[in-house]
Amino acid sequence: MFGLLRSASRPGLAVLRATRTTAAPLASSRVFARTIVTKRFTTDHEAVIYDSDTKLGTVTITDYAQSSLGDVVFVELPTVGTAVKQGDQIGAVESVKAASDIYAPISGTVESINEELSSQPGLLNKSPEQDGWLCKIKVADEAELDALMDAEGYKAHYEQS
Amino acid sequence: MSTTLVSTLSRAAAASARGSWRIRCMATAAGELKKTGLYDFHVENGAKMVPFAGYSMPLSYGSVGAIASHNHVRDSVGLFDVGHMMQTNFRGATATQFLEWLTPSSLSSLEPFASTLSVLLNERGGIIDDTVITKHTASAFYVVTNAGRRDRDLPWFEAKLAEWNASPRAAAGTVTLEVLDGWGLLALQGPRAAEYLQGLTPFDLRTLTFGHSAFVPVDGRRLHVARGGYTGEDGFEISIPPADTGAVARLLSRNPVQLTGLGARDSLRLEAGMCLYGSDLDEDTTPVEAGLTWVIGKDRRETGDFIGAEGVLKHLKDGPPRRRVGLIVEGAPARQGAKIFSPGSDEQLGTVTSGQPSPTLGKNIAMAYVQNGWHKKGTEVEVDVRNKRRKAVLTPMPFYKPRFFRG
Repeated sequence: MFGLLRSASRPGLAVLRATRTTAAPLASSRVFARTIVTKRFTTDHEAVIYDSDTKLGTVTITDYAQSSLGDVVFVELPTVGTAVKQGDQIGAVESVKAASDIYAPISGTVESINEELSSQPGLLNKSPEQDGWLCKIKVADEAELDALMDAEGYKAHYEQS
Repeated sequence: MSTTLVSTLSRAAAASARGSWRIRCMATAAGELKKTGLYDFHVENGAKMVPFAGYSMPLSYGSVGAIASHNHVRDSVGLFDVGHMMQTNFRGATATQFLEWLTPSSLSSLEPFASTLSVLLNERGGIIDDTVITKHTASAFYVVTNAGRRDRDLPWFEAKLAEWNASPRAAAGTVTLEVLDGWGLLALQGPRAAEYLQGLTPFDLRTLTFGHSAFVPVDGRRLHVARGGYTGEDGFEISIPPADTGAVARLLSRNPVQLTGLGARDSLRLEAGMCLYGSDLDEDTTPVEAGLTWVIGKDRRETGDFIGAEGVLKHLKDGPPRRRVGLIVEGAPARQGAKIFSPGSDEQLGTVTSGQPSPTLGKNIAMAYVQNGWHKKGTEVEVDVRNKRRKAVLTPMPFYKPRFFRG
């Protein structure tokens, strides 16, 4: 479904628009640490939510993707510990009507996968960008985020498609 | 995320339009597509329209998901627009003999107002199209064929008719072909279909059993109603003159009827073990390979006087090289094109032709062709999905036991 769109557009050099969240809890020794959480999107309708503190990127499909796919019935995820490169196929999402490959939005090592999805694949429809997360990748190179789209760029991308 | 394999439905579209079913294609191709008489009705009802068999057809309606829509037909009643299909009348003193030349069915022994699934065969015995033939009298037949095969079927009908009418076989009377262009065709399907339709007609629908048809008065109109369908449920296919199609569609879509699109149609027919032309059937497949030997009349096997008989009879006698089978696949659903192997080996046994997760069974079901000898139920095989072998077991079809009304 999204195949044609893959090569369609590459985002311009998006200015990093980081979301600033409050710091760790007061009890923490890192009261003054400032975590920057960045959310970026691929042209293939994956999102990555990057936490500069943990260096973990949480990979999801977008809400637009889940609504296009319809009822998700099966999710195939990568094995923990796998080293992936940006653009590698790391899994697949199956709906009644279609199978869609998932590509790594960013390079790194798969740190964990969402085990809930094997029994509740419908989480991808209910909460694609939160509870229905796919996997967390220990990010090798933050700079790769610059090649991805921000929320506005992504919205423009799927609206023109 | 990129779709590797998308709906098999699109494969039934014209060969030139073959390929993945992509959002973009939908948008750009829409302008050139034909419309059924209910196009505006679908749009008014929130349909997501997609190209199918050269037509713009509803995939789904509003926010109703594929599984909910499928289940509604299994549990209650759904309405499908199948007005894209080609409806034709064959009339004339030798119409029975003509259609028995084009198909291997025993139409002479078919009762009036009875229908049969049949196949149009090429000279090699390959399936040009699958079709439902309804006999009204020995000299009048109503035939429904696939929209996606219109460009193949119609010239075939016309050429064979010309040949027939010029031959001594038509001495007792020629045959004419009338295409019911613009006519509507609606399928009301589900366990509550009969109760719903009964509320609209004085005709006693208990007298109309599966595989039979009648002219039924519906709201002052006399409509051709055939009991059957493509879902595995009880139901009706209703043929409607062009001017009345919209009104009848509105009449047939009140609560509890839910408008149902191509998405659910495909999962319903697959559970019912029914073939989709272009995916599960093609011109290189004989009815014997396709598991449709039952459409070949016993008398016709002996006389062998139909187009393609030689190839078909050879497969009957020697056994076909491959057979259509059902599979239940573990883990990931196997889609069209997935290769089938013998366990732990690189010996390819066949290919999946249709596959989906079954909403009713909660399992991944598939239709496939495998080498003769590997077709027995319970046989364990492996299917390659995304370069991983998945276990699969040959399972008799239908996957879902049909609930036809047989009286």
